[in-house]
Amino acid sequence: MPPIVAEIAQLVVNGVMAGTILAVPAIGLTAIYAVLRFPNFALASHATIGAFAGYIANVKFGLPILPSVIVAFLAAGLVGVATDEVVLKQFRPSGFITTAIASIALTIALENIVRFGFGNELRGYALPIERDWRFASIRVGPQQLQNLAIAAVAMAALFSFLAFTRTGKAMRAVADNPMLASIKGINADMISRLVNFVGMGLAGLGGMLIGLDTSIDPLTGFRSILSVFAAAVVGGLGSIPGAVVGALTVGIGEELCLLFLSPDYRSVVGFVAILLVLTLRPRGILGQREY
Amino acid sequence: MENYLIAMAVSAGIYALMALGVNVIWGLAGMVNLGLVGFFAVGAYVSALLTLKAGLPIAAGMAAAALAAAAVGVAVALVTVRLRGDYLAIVTLGFAESIRIVASNTIWLTNGTDGISGIAGPWRGSLSPAAFNLLYLGVVGTIVAVAYVLAERLRASPFGRVLRAIRDDEQVAAVAGKHVALFKVKAFAIGAGALGLAGALYAHYTSYIAPDIFVPLFTLYIKLALLAGGLGNNRGAVIGAVAIVFLLESTRFVIPLVPGVSAVQGAAVRELMIAVLLIVMLRYKPTGLVPEQLPRIPVPPVPPSATARYQPTA
Repeated sequence: MPPIVAEIAQLVVNGVMAGTILAVPAIGLTAIYAVLRFPNFALASHATIGAFAGYIANVKFGLPILPSVIVAFLAAGLVGVATDEVVLKQFRPSGFITTAIASIALTIALENIVRFGFGNELRGYALPIERDWRFASIRVGPQQLQNLAIAAVAMAALFSFLAFTRTGKAMRAVADNPMLASIKGINADMISRLVNFVGMGLAGLGGMLIGLDTSIDPLTGFRSILSVFAAAVVGGLGSIPGAVVGALTVGIGEELCLLFLSPDYRSVVGFVAILLVLTLRPRGILGQREY
Repeated sequence: MENYLIAMAVSAGIYALMALGVNVIWGLAGMVNLGLVGFFAVGAYVSALLTLKAGLPIAAGMAAAALAAAAVGVAVALVTVRLRGDYLAIVTLGFAESIRIVASNTIWLTNGTDGISGIAGPWRGSLSPAAFNLLYLGVVGTIVAVAYVLAERLRASPFGRVLRAIRDDEQVAAVAGKHVALFKVKAFAIGAGALGLAGALYAHYTSYIAPDIFVPLFTLYIKLALLAGGLGNNRGAVIGAVAIVFLLESTRFVIPLVPGVSAVQGAAVRELMIAVLLIVMLRYKPTGLVPEQLPRIPVPPVPPSATARYQPTA
């Protein structure tokens, strides 16, 4: 392969990996948006909480990565239900703007609780050092492949939950038409608790997957929030397949921009993607409607 | 000690100017700006760079800062003006983060995370530090006073009335023949301009700016100031700004007194406190210390014949 083709191929592969991981928290965000109709910025701190819960399980208790990832999901999901119950739920009657502001205050509060306990230093998971695999001239790390698999399994589980179970169908019904759903006797409170558990759980899982690639600190979640929102908006806020498509688009886009931009500008690419989509097609690639 | 108090008063003035600006966007027009620190940063960098690299006088730099921030505000508002308000929340937050990332990495222009130092202050060289502080307090005080008067005029004007109508019900305002999108963009530009000017005032006062200053927490400070004072209310905005500076500064003295808390933990407690306070204010006292006074609109008495006609027949 000529070097430039090889470089582009490598970047696309990296982009697919990054995009698949990004899709996990983006699905969480878009699911919460679909049911509760506000952009929940608290997602950032829940990603951090998941990353640290996984860190405790992995480094302090010596669990392998797979069970640690489940701990990350459960911890962030439970904190998500609790904070929604105590804080955000009270704001929903006063409208989505107030709720969004409260959610950003909440994210800073939670982030600082993590900072109080763990300080600002970077931490890494206990991972075996492995040599990258090579296919033709493309390098892939075994850990990256494992992350990819975890993300794919989590998404497949979510899709089958939404498609085949009664509760999953109820959740989609509330997202589609809350009034009709309540006439059919669906308990909206239970559904909002459930969507918070699943959504924030996915955020926590995503936070840990991002951390597995690099390292974690209290800002892990906040640093990736721009890409997560970009993925959800590009795909169409409220659309779960959209979040996956959006995440892959943003992931590959961020990598391809490395051809002519320094990696430090990566998050700005997400912001530019948001601006482009809102200007050209506000409902996103797969969105049913614009809000 | 006097110098410290004057410095705090200058901070309070800068916060008050920001709160007045945000009040136009959030309090009057009901638009959410989660990236107001981004506009503050644009103002600070524009004025610092123009005076330092292009040799412009400070006043010209400040004017350019306000204009640049307003122009950026127009662009940000235009993208989202026809969509639901939460898109604006996402875009403004993304904007502020992007500004910080660009400022941290465009080293040839902004000197990256090291920041820009040696920004000129008015007659800083020829005055003693105490006299400079006093002079600057006068400058900031005058600007805040002018901004306050303008904001009051704006609030009472037909323009302000339309903004409040849009905030309360966009559709009704549109039905009444108001060009909702245009009003929103204008309101956003005015608010962003005030934020940019505040950024320039900050840069020329401290003589040093760096990307680390422009963090999302700063946005929360101003939101809290405005909420504490009373949303939609200019007097409240100024009072809230003074209150928040007092609160921030007093925690600086109290937290080190608690034994066994490291510096990082102290900072974390401070930020946690601000965030929790914002949530509590938002929840339990959304009208603030000085609630917005809405003008009483005289309702013409209904002629008896009109009421009689609509009596339900039993």
